[in-house]
Amino acid sequence: MSAVLKRAQSELATVAVHAGSHEDGNVAVIVEGLTRRFGDGPAVLDRLDLAIAPGEFVALLGHSGSGKSTLLRTLAGIDPVVEGAVSRPREVSVVFQEHRLLPWKRVWENVVLGQEGKDGRDRAAAILEEVGLAHRIDAWPLTLSGGEAQRAALARALVREPGFLLLDEPFAALDALTRLKMQGLVGELWKRRRCAVLLVTHDVDEALLLADRAVVLERGRIRVDMPVALERPRKHVDPVFEDMRETLLKSLGVSI
Amino acid sequence: MSETLISLASRGRSQGASGRIALRELGRFRRYLSPLLLVAVWQAACASGFVSTRLVASPWQIAQTAASLIADGTLTSNLGVSLLRAGAGFGIAAVVGVTLALLSGLSRVGEDLVDAPLQIMRTLPALALVPLFILWFGIGETPKVLLVALGATFPIYLNLHKGVRSIDPKLLEMTRTLGLSRLDTIRNVILPGALPDLLIGIRYAVGVSWLMLVVAEQVNAESGIGHMMMDAEDFLRTDIIMVGLLVYGVLGLLSDQIVRFLEAKLLVWRPLARGAAR
Repeated sequence: MSAVLKRAQSELATVAVHAGSHEDGNVAVIVEGLTRRFGDGPAVLDRLDLAIAPGEFVALLGHSGSGKSTLLRTLAGIDPVVEGAVSRPREVSVVFQEHRLLPWKRVWENVVLGQEGKDGRDRAAAILEEVGLAHRIDAWPLTLSGGEAQRAALARALVREPGFLLLDEPFAALDALTRLKMQGLVGELWKRRRCAVLLVTHDVDEALLLADRAVVLERGRIRVDMPVALERPRKHVDPVFEDMRETLLKSLGVSI
Repeated sequence: MSETLISLASRGRSQGASGRIALRELGRFRRYLSPLLLVAVWQAACASGFVSTRLVASPWQIAQTAASLIADGTLTSNLGVSLLRAGAGFGIAAVVGVTLALLSGLSRVGEDLVDAPLQIMRTLPALALVPLFILWFGIGETPKVLLVALGATFPIYLNLHKGVRSIDPKLLEMTRTLGLSRLDTIRNVILPGALPDLLIGIRYAVGVSWLMLVVAEQVNAESGIGHMMMDAEDFLRTDIIMVGLLVYGVLGLLSDQIVRFLEAKLLVWRPLARGAAR
């Protein structure tokens, strides 16, 4: 009961931050003129502009070296904003390609790592239930399968009630079947929580299955910004899906 | 129907398992066979006069000597002194080694100040300092305890320092995205992550402690196992020397077992450690 209450409160708090951080209440994340270069090399991010609405699911595609990771790291607050401006909700959570769980803490301790309050285990239990991992609440991370570990990482991200969720190729290291399940789970969770999501991926199908918008990055600039106005749940057989898939692949330099 | 199947199957398995356990017990016993045989040959060689008991005491003689040394309190009092020296020296080493390793592991300034001199000193064989220590600290307890401390500090420092420095940067990045404070990161990530290396360091340090103790007690001492052995040398008592060796061996073995036990307890999260603890 108290967990629900706390969730509602922190949602309010997040909304307040939105309102406070930018005038326009319809934007969760704003990136303006973001430029980043390492040493004397070419700009990894080149005067990049991007806006994500609250509750919007954006997929970010691009080759290795296109600046995807740098953008994600900047949005996550790992890399500093050197040139340009970034505004984002206070609560930002990241799920990485590797689960990055602390092996010496049980699953539930990992989930509520850094969270205040005595009801940590209960909160972890609730969120683990949501991601389908309640039965491993006391497990050591090294005993989890790849899919289970990624579920735990997802739980750790969601327990913070993020206004903005960053997913850095979270399914890339999973086997094909587990990946399908995890994609379904992320879709479900997003539908329930409606936080803004930026999913970095190499997988065009994944982007089209999940996102409201697909953005293709090339040499630090946005090359394609395509709304994916398809009914959910989405089907590969949909001819519009197939068209979009072709467009995205072409923009990534793959012709079929 | 299915229940009987399951119970049948599980009974079959448990029988198989118990059979295997009995075999393994036998195998373990077999491991003791050759050492026992060696002792028997040794005893026979001494009894038949093939080996002079002046040079090597017989196992039986050693056992008798050990019993009498325990009975008159010689062994126990000397053992107590030795344990105290090793314990005090190791304790100092643990405190100093851990403090220095954390200083240099957690801060750049600390590393610049601490690491270089320690790396230089590490290359000195600690035993070469014995004459200097005697000049500085005399022949009392101080040089002995300090010699043990000096030798045992390095393995603790080096391993813990390496452990702190080799924490997966991806985990540290993750804690930053979670908004953990530096203190929380140290407590939740760095210290537990470096613990396996610290325990390896401690295991080495315990071994070094005994080594340093042996030398310290044989060079200049009025008590302790080493002194007992040196005393025995003057009277050609190989049996007493052998008892001393035996005690050192048992001490080394015991302390190693204690550290192994600690590892199994503290590192339960490692699949390997759990297997060993079972």
